[in-house]
This record gives sequence, C-alpha cells and structure tokens, in this order.
Amino acid sequence: MFYYVELIITNKEGVRDPEGETIQRYVVNRFTNEILETRAGKYLLFKVNAGNQQEAEGLVKKLAEEMRLYNPIIHKIEVKVGRTEDSSN
Amino acid sequence: MKLRWAELKTAVIKFPGTTCEVDVYKALLEAKVDAEIVRYKDFDPDKYEAVVLPGGFSFGDYLRAGSIAASTDTMKKVKEMASAGKNVIGICNGFQILVESGLLEGGLLPNLNLRFISKWVYLKVVRNDTVLTKGLDKTIIKMPIAHAEGRFYIDDIEKAKRLAVLLYSDEFGNVNEKANPNGALLNIASVANEEGNVIGMMPHPERASFKLTSPTGEIDGLLLFRGLSK
Repeated sequence: MFYYVELIITNKEGVRDPEGETIQRYVVNRFTNEILETRAGKYLLFKVNAGNQQEAEGLVKKLAEEMRLYNPIIHKIEVKVGRTEDSSN
Repeated sequence: MKLRWAELKTAVIKFPGTTCEVDVYKALLEAKVDAEIVRYKDFDPDKYEAVVLPGGFSFGDYLRAGSIAASTDTMKKVKEMASAGKNVIGICNGFQILVESGLLEGGLLPNLNLRFISKWVYLKVVRNDTVLTKGLDKTIIKMPIAHAEGRFYIDDIEKAKRLAVLLYSDEFGNVNEKANPNGALLNIASVANEEGNVIGMMPHPERASFKLTSPTGEIDGLLLFRGLSK
C-alpha cells in the first residue's frame, strides 16, 4: 500500500515567525478580524510504501528526527497521513 | 618535517553552492595558516588539523539554509574531528551548517525584517577561550555580515550567555536593540561549544582581512584567523 504522508514544520510557540506575522498584518487583517493569528511553515509530502497507516507515519517521524528535517530547538512538527492509494488499483 | 606540515593543514570545504571558499582560502594564507580548498566528497578528515566551512548557499539553501549539507557524510566526518578536539569553524552558511548538524546548539532563523542584510557591523568579543578569540587584544571588532537567515535562537537563555562569543554592538561596545541587525537572541552573532574548538559566526572575517577591501582599513577578520596559526 502507498500512503501519502504530510510533514508540516513550523516554529515553536514563542519563536517569532516574521513571515506569518507579515501575512497576518498585510493580508489577513485587511480581510477579516476573525482570524487572530497566522503561522507560516514548511510542507513536505511523501509517498510512502508501508503495511499500514501507523507504519507510514512512524517512518516519516523517524526520518524527520534522524535526518533533522527540523531543528527541535526551534521547530515543531506535525505528521499526518493524508490520502491513501491501493497499489492494486 | 614535510609530512608534519601536511598533517597540519586546514581544509576549506566546498559544498555545491558554497561561494566564499576562495576568499577564505586567501585570508587564511594571509594569516599564515596552511590551507587548501577541498570538494566535500573528496574530504579526508585524517589529512587535516582543522576545518573551515565557508559561506554561500550550500545546496541552494533548500529546506533551510545549511540543512542539506548538514546531513552529508562529510559532516559526519567533521563531527568526528570536532569530538577529537580538532578545530571547526563555520562562517555564515557554514555556521548554519554547524547548527543544522547539531555540532553547535541553537538555530538560525530568517531575519526578523525578512530581508537579506549586507553591511558592516561592530561586534563585542565576550569569550576569549575559543580557537579564534584566544589572545585577541581587541574587545570590539568590525566585520561585514551578509545573510537572510541569521537570527540566532536557543531555548535556554543561560546557555546562550555561556556559549556566545560575539555580540552585535555599537562602536563603543554597547549591546542594544539598535545594534541588533536581525533580531538575534541577546544580539548573538557567534557561538562556540563549551570547549571552544567549534565556533560558528554570521559575520565574514575573510571580508575583513585585507586593507584594500576594507572601507576603513580594519583587518579584524585576519586577527581572528590568526587564532588558527597559534
């Protein structure tokens, strides 16, 4: 089975994110007052060959940690298994 | 004796996208440091006593500045050299590679104003136990910076104070918000490990090593590089 796994890297709370702040100030605030904060980050999408969802997610987490796709001192990550695709189709 | 000299060489490592290797090499020669430029794949750690990672845009700054270079086998070898007590110096992108590889603690985030900043700055020297600052007489030095990701951050303020080597300051050594070009924590421009043999800095000492290319004649960068020949 193939799984699409998303890795989202953003700055931790308390680490300033000038890109998000700029989007908030110059775009979001001109459009609505209901959106209170904008955070910008990096998005990576992996096509993973794995037996099940947990395995696919675990592999991407391990990749992110061991190959330092993020710097744990300044970033936090979110790993999501997105769409799945059966290879027999 | 000849062999001994060969063993004492300093390697200036060039990754794809590194741009400052020739300037660094020339500045090292000027500082009487025996050096040569080495392609990252050809790097043999046993041949060298010290390593300089010059500035530039290694691997196109993809993902984050320095992060791809940080995961190369070359950096594994550099790590082994560092733990054996050999000197490792990272300048600008080289500093980014050092933090991304975990050789130095902390991170270098995009400048607060989101701009590439290129200008001469004053720096206050706050540690004299590192390979580059030992025996340095001056306490305020002047060098150029040129980076988009130089906002140093670490989640432990006490550690930040302990590791800091150079702080952005005014010409009198006052460390304040106004002298901080990029939003770095505590105005930190350079940090070293506790032992002082691994040091990273955003300013470019190689661009402050020759009278001819220094607007007011300072060669403070050269004074730092001389640490490698002591």
